[in-house]
Amino acid sequence: MSRRRRKTTARSPLPVVPFGRGGTDRFVPWMIAPMVYLATLALITALAVGAMAERWEAGLTGTMTAEIPAPQDPADRDRLVEAAIRVLDDWPGVASAAPLDEGRVETLLEPWLGTEVPLGELPLPTLIEITLAEDAAVETPALAAALDSAAPGTVLDDHGRWREDLRAMAGTIRLVALVLVFLIGLAAVAAIVSVSRAGFAIHAPVIDLLHVMGATDRYIARQFERHAFRLAARGAAAGLLLTCLTLAGLSWGLAGVDRMLLPGLALGGSAWIALALVPVGTAILAMGTARITVLRALARLP
Amino acid sequence: MIHFENVGLRYGTGPEVLRDISFHLPAGSFRFITGSSGAGKSSLMRLLSLAHRPSRGLITMFGRDVATLPRADLPALRRRIGVVFQDFRLLDHLTAVENVALPLRIAGVKDAEVLDHVRELLRWVGLGDVLDARPPTLSGGEQQRIAIARAVINRPELLLADEPTGNVDEKMGWRLIRLLEELNRLGTTVVIATHSESLLRQFDYPILHLEDGELHQVARPADVLP
Repeated sequence: MSRRRRKTTARSPLPVVPFGRGGTDRFVPWMIAPMVYLATLALITALAVGAMAERWEAGLTGTMTAEIPAPQDPADRDRLVEAAIRVLDDWPGVASAAPLDEGRVETLLEPWLGTEVPLGELPLPTLIEITLAEDAAVETPALAAALDSAAPGTVLDDHGRWREDLRAMAGTIRLVALVLVFLIGLAAVAAIVSVSRAGFAIHAPVIDLLHVMGATDRYIARQFERHAFRLAARGAAAGLLLTCLTLAGLSWGLAGVDRMLLPGLALGGSAWIALALVPVGTAILAMGTARITVLRALARLP
Repeated sequence: MIHFENVGLRYGTGPEVLRDISFHLPAGSFRFITGSSGAGKSSLMRLLSLAHRPSRGLITMFGRDVATLPRADLPALRRRIGVVFQDFRLLDHLTAVENVALPLRIAGVKDAEVLDHVRELLRWVGLGDVLDARPPTLSGGEQQRIAIARAVINRPELLLADEPTGNVDEKMGWRLIRLLEELNRLGTTVVIATHSESLLRQFDYPILHLEDGELHQVARPADVLP
């Protein structure tokens, strides 16, 4: 009769409600894990695209390009370029201006024209790369007019359209990712509401007993919210682990890919912190959802 | 301490299961509630345990009007009542000690202060050697005594017992009522719902006799029993 001789110790008490007995709550971690996995991947995409767009934009800021069309007489080319360079050199806020050499132009056009085409015989425009002084405010329309008068037909590109497109693209991807995270959060809330309601029904006799014993609604709800927190935290940790493994796999798989094709998947410290907060947030969300669900159900009792 | 005046109870939109119940229970009294199956004993016990509120009438308990009391005030009032259920309603996943300690945990008493008190009470009801046993491994009589210990651990002012001898043999039933008498002598008001005539004959306490949802008389056993 060992059961009669065991010594009572001051161990931490078991949960009052016997969770996990015939309930559906054991599936909660399995539901939460893929949700957190998808949410963190969406978040990573948003953060990476944002960082990439910032880097690209930084590369475009502080520079302009002037495009001088090919003249009828090729002998005029150097004269027009020199005239444009003179205007640029004297213009306030311009740090330097230099035409792109033929070698760079050939490299830029090679993907489209190949190596067989004699570029020297084509009427290609001349591109002048303009670097602006730091914090300089250049009046683009006035400069464009001055260049046009020095070298007729010259077009000045301050890359504003590219920057706007870049911003729009990054903003759209970020919005889609946030909507995705929101929808995943909504699905998690719906799952926890459903499981909490089922748990409430399954454990109705215990809840009635606690109720008659004088347990407050908050005491009973606390039993459910702690349980929901534990289950969600377990699932969220698994989801985050899966994300880390995916990132490690991606990093290993893309190690040989040209950086020109995949210029910036690196995340900053704050991004990693945001990522780590996803499972914590999920567990807190599950806890709050269980609490509200159970409190609402308890409010219907006498 | 408890005052019922023209109390009626119905569940949802169903018929009244209790009608025009009026009685008074002074502090420190001992009463039996009798009646055939379906007479309304359990419903009256649920009203007394504050598991339900009356559909009509006035119930005053511990000086408070139960019908109009804010819902948030009811738990504190319920903690002044101990209930022994017919089917014990012990939590199978908890030990005897943990089951008995439950009302104290609910009341917010720290675990360190609970254990000694609970052990002492379990020894008092003769269960000092099964402190860590779980209910399914215990006999009906042992489970019944754990249920009683749980009901009295908070030193309730009112103790309600629904058919406390229904699941134990006559000798054990007699011992349990003696236990409740001891608590009554310490000042606890005791109300026992039973249909056991032998119990009523052995213990000569006033009876609240229910018939078809109505309280017919408050009498002594000799006036009710054939």
